[in-house]
Order: sequence, then C-alpha cells, then structure tokens
Amino acid sequence: MSETPTVAVTDDERVKEMSAFRKALIRPELGGICGTIIVFTLFLLFAHDSGMFNSQGIMNWSVVSAQFMIIAVGACLLMIAGEFDLSVGSMIGFAGMMIAIFSVTLGWPVWMAILVTFALCIAIGALNGYIVVRTGLPSFIVTLALLFILRGFTIYLPQTIERKTIIGGVADAAQGDWLAALFGGKVLTGLFSWLGEAGLIETFERGTRAGQPVVDGIPMLIVWALGLVVFGHVLLTRTRFGNWIYASGGDAQAARYVGVPVNRVKILMFMFTAFCATVFATCQVMEFGSAGADRGLLKEFEAIIAVVIGGALLTGGYGSVIGAALGALIFGVVQQGLFFAGVESSLFRVFLGIILLFAVVLNTYIRRMITGER
Amino acid sequence: MKRKLTSLLMGAALAVVPVVSATLASAEGEKYVLVSHAPDSDSWWNTIKNGIALAGEQMGVEVEYRNPPTGDLADMARIIEQAAAAGPNGIITTLADFDVLQGPIKAAVDSGIDVIIMNTGTPEQAREVGALMYVGQPEYDAGLAAGMRAKDDGVTSFLCVNHAIQQPTVGERCRGFADGLGVDLGDSMLDSGTDPAEIKNKVLAYLSANPETDGILTLGPVSADPTIAALEENGMAGDLYFGTFDLGDEIVKGIKAGVIQWGIDQQPFLQAYLPVVILTNYHRYGVLPGNNINSGPGFVTADGLEMVEKFAGEYR
Repeated sequence: MSETPTVAVTDDERVKEMSAFRKALIRPELGGICGTIIVFTLFLLFAHDSGMFNSQGIMNWSVVSAQFMIIAVGACLLMIAGEFDLSVGSMIGFAGMMIAIFSVTLGWPVWMAILVTFALCIAIGALNGYIVVRTGLPSFIVTLALLFILRGFTIYLPQTIERKTIIGGVADAAQGDWLAALFGGKVLTGLFSWLGEAGLIETFERGTRAGQPVVDGIPMLIVWALGLVVFGHVLLTRTRFGNWIYASGGDAQAARYVGVPVNRVKILMFMFTAFCATVFATCQVMEFGSAGADRGLLKEFEAIIAVVIGGALLTGGYGSVIGAALGALIFGVVQQGLFFAGVESSLFRVFLGIILLFAVVLNTYIRRMITGER
Repeated sequence: MKRKLTSLLMGAALAVVPVVSATLASAEGEKYVLVSHAPDSDSWWNTIKNGIALAGEQMGVEVEYRNPPTGDLADMARIIEQAAAAGPNGIITTLADFDVLQGPIKAAVDSGIDVIIMNTGTPEQAREVGALMYVGQPEYDAGLAAGMRAKDDGVTSFLCVNHAIQQPTVGERCRGFADGLGVDLGDSMLDSGTDPAEIKNKVLAYLSANPETDGILTLGPVSADPTIAALEENGMAGDLYFGTFDLGDEIVKGIKAGVIQWGIDQQPFLQAYLPVVILTNYHRYGVLPGNNINSGPGFVTADGLEMVEKFAGEYR
C-alpha cells in the first residue's frame, strides 16, 4: 500500500501493464466497500442484540438504504456528467403531491396520475438541464431556484385546493390499480409467509394479522433500487453512452471536440435524476397513502452525500454507480443503526458529518496514492 | 498525510465508543421509546425529553426519545418501524398524520408492543390504531375554546402565525380559533416558516398590509418569540390582543409584561411523563386507567405565573 507509484517512462501509458491488486484498488468504489465493511463490523459489535439484525430490523435499514439508493443513482450519473441537482428533495415532495392531487382531488385513475406526474417531472428535469446548458450558469444555482419553486408549489397547491397540506386517501384510490402495485406492492410474499409458518422469521402475536410474518415481502421500493443500480452500472460501464457521461463531466470542451453530444448527455442526465426522484415519491405515496408538503426535505443533500461517500468526484468525470449504492447503504445503515445502538438521536448529524468527512478524506487519499497526482 | 489520517481514524473511533457503551450499560428495567414528529429545531420538545427522563428515573425504566431530524413524517414512520424491530415493552408516539403512521403503529401493536398516543392525534384515531389510550390536548377543541375566549374579549379579526404549515393537526388550532371567533379563516393563516428573522418580518409585513387586524394567535414558542419582537418593533405590543399556544421563557416574560394576554398550556410534561408511568404500571401490575387523558387546555394568564416562570422551558 505504501509504495509510491513510479511514472511509466516506457511506451504508451494507455496500454500500461497493471497488477491485479492495483487494478482492484483503482476502482472508485473501493472507499465504499471499505466503509461498508467497517460500518457493518461496528454495528455487529455494538448493536447485534438490539433487533437490528432480525427480520424486521434488516427490512428497516434495507428500505431506508433503498430509498437513498434510488436518488443516489440519479445524482451519481448526473455528478459524473459534471452537474448537480439540488431540486431532488423538492421534486420528491412535488411529485408525490401531484399524484395525490391528480388521483384524489381530480379523481383520475391512479395509473394515469402516475404517468402524467412522471411526464411532468421529467419535463421539469429537462427544463433544469436546458437552462443549465443554454445559459452556462452553474447547475448549483439553477437547481437551487427549482428547489424553492417546486417546494413553494408543493405547499401552495394543496393549501389552495384542499385547504390542508397533507392529502390522504391515495391508498383507497390505488386499490387494485395495476401501475400502483408496481410501486407500492410487495414481491415474494409467498416465500415470506412460508418462512413465517416454518418459524424462521417472527410472526405477529395478536391483532388481525396474528400468525402472519412480521415481514411479509420485499417492497417494490427495494426492487426499484436494485433495478436502477444495475441499469445505471451497465449504462455507465458497458455502453458508449456511459463513456459520453464520463467525457462530458471530465472535460466538456475536449468531449465536444471528439464529437460527444455533451448538451444532450447533460439534459438526459437531469431528466434521469428527475425520474429517480419521481420513483422515490411514487413508492412513498403508494406505501403511506398520502402526500405531504414536507416530504423529501433535505433529500438532495442526502443523495449527494451518498454519492460522495461512494467515491465520486464533485467536479465530475469520476465515480461509480456501485460506489453510490454502497454509499447509500452506509448512510441508511448508519442512520437506522444509531437508533438501534441507542445513541442519542440528536447526535445523528454529528456522526453523519464525521462519516462524510472521513469518507471524502479516505477517498481522496486512496485516489492520490493510486494515480500519483499531487 | 498518513499520520493525519490515522489520528482522524482514532478520533472517530474514540468518539463513537463511549456514547454507544454508555447507552447500552443502562438500567435493567422495562424499555420505552417515545417517537415524536418534531424536527431537531423545535425547542418545545425539550420539556418532553425532560418529562420522560424524569419518569424513567422515578419508575426505574429505560426511556429513549426519537424524532425525524427534518420533521419529515415518512422518516418518522421508519423510526416507528425501527423502534418496533428493537422490541421495547412499549412505544409512546404522536399521530401527526394518520395515513402515514397508522401502518407502522398497527404493526407494532400486532407484534405485541403496547402503544400510547400522545400530543398529536385524536382519541378516535388512537383507538383505531389499537393504542391503549390517548394523552394530549385535542387541537381543534383547544383552538375553539381560545377563539371563544377572544370573542368575549372583543376580538373581531386575527392573524394566525403558523410555523408548522406541513402538520395539519397544528393548523386545526387556527381553524378552531376562527370558528370560536365566528369569522372565516380566509387568508389570516400565515405560513411563517421556522426561521426567527423571517417570521418576524412576515408578521411585520402582514400587520402593515392589514392594519385592521386586532388579534394575533401564535402556535408555539417558535412563532411566538419572533412575533413578540415584531410587535415591540412596530409599537403594537400591548395594543394587539395576543394569545399563544404553549409556553416558553419569552412567552412567560410576554405574559408578565402584558404583551401576551394568555398562553394555552397543554402541559407537555404530562404527555411525556404519564404514558411512561401508565405503561410501567400496566406492565408491572396490569392496571390501566379507563379513559383517555386530556393534558390541556389550561389558560395561563398574568395571575399565578410564579410556578410557570420557575419551570418554563424545563417542565412547563
């Protein structure tokens, strides 16, 4: 680990021989992998008997991590393409509210409400991208504006239409809807009820659900998260478009010279981020049956934190979706794990800050060690 | 660089270890978790924390306070699920949004954990989720009582400073007040946000745009403290009819100085303290009160402020 890399003086560095060990080290997700191992070891030591690793506990931090993962995948690709989106949190609140207004207030079928909301939000994402690309302004500023605009509408619209800031009743409206089940349903329910009957996981002791397993399936939220991670990873590492994303974020001008449609890539990434935020919102609304004006507060930073823990560079051109997913896992496990470990909850932000700082320092250190840059 | 990194590592490890081990090494007794909907920034909940801490100490049980840092109710649902997974003897929680929280609460009840609803929610909702009881102040009724009182005192129009617009239950206070006053709520509910400077300036702006306003209702210290500052700045302090929900240092000073006519005390201490006592006795001896408990409303006026003043922000 401590050897200093020597600059290859021989031939073309692009075909330089590399040891398998270095090849393993040079991955951007290395920090994320180390972090995941450290975090799980710590919590296994300190919180193993707190219920954190029983079926309910595992489901709890998995769902929270999956939520982070969904928005982290979008934020990761966008960040690699060299841009930020600070409107993710507001977009979550806005998308949820739109679904509720369309389906409950206007009485549309839920599948239509969901599709229209997706179209609307992706269009807003495209607008974000278009303004950034056209004006050349930092995306930080443009999306910050959208953060306020969308949050404002999310409070104003239900206040005006329904005279309240939470619209409920979506669950009833979504009863039996084919598209709603794709976001709010659960899979493998048969397997879990079998596990419950076999006594492998705990069952409810009383009430209407007595005898049923406490965890009755894998929520679609987790399926979406894994699906998006796989999609993002394949897109980034196995396709030409993935190379374009790296190129756009690494050096946009150089990328333009070699014929990469940088503007189109960036706008598409903004749209993808909006798509991820809408998936998050739809899953949440379908699970909880209501949309609130406070949903998604600060989620944009949580997405960025997960991506940065996962080893991406804020300046773009470097990062990995797997790393971002691991960052989201670390984030989710730490957030819920601190509760399980019985740590005073107001200290949560302190730990978050420490982890973020620690992850960034570690990532930078590893990268410098490998690339030899100063 | 490497040395720096090592020291950082050590520092982080040292910071984590004492906190974790300290909390794990506490009492052997029953374990209760209180989950609230309040963001970290809401100082009012300090009384709740003190209340459960005192009850835990007196009853010899282990108590914990949990809340979503930003006040996001979907995050709160996850915290209730987490609390249930950790398997405490009982969960004491607010019911800030029935749709969001009913699922997790019902699941906790069904998995054998006794639940008491405190503070926000209604007795009906508490029964519906399978909770043992409700301890709190019915929001609409409290607002209605306050509105009727203000009407008797000659108030005809009002401004409601709402610092928690995203929580429908808090808004019920404004609605109740308007109904008690016999006026339409209309645009008199102000979404003030939670930043003190913003609240102050929004109140100032509203009052200069609507000079005929003769009453102000604030919904807690978060909105009351900056409103006091605003009234002192524009010289309307003591001139406007000013009532507020909840108590705090500044509010007590305001009542004493005659700026505020009354504060509605919902006695949060009881909302935190009683559920712990009730659950402990229920688990130890099987005894349970037969009804819900109304911890408020109680009007605190300039008379008899001494006790309130002594414990404001701590137990009151």
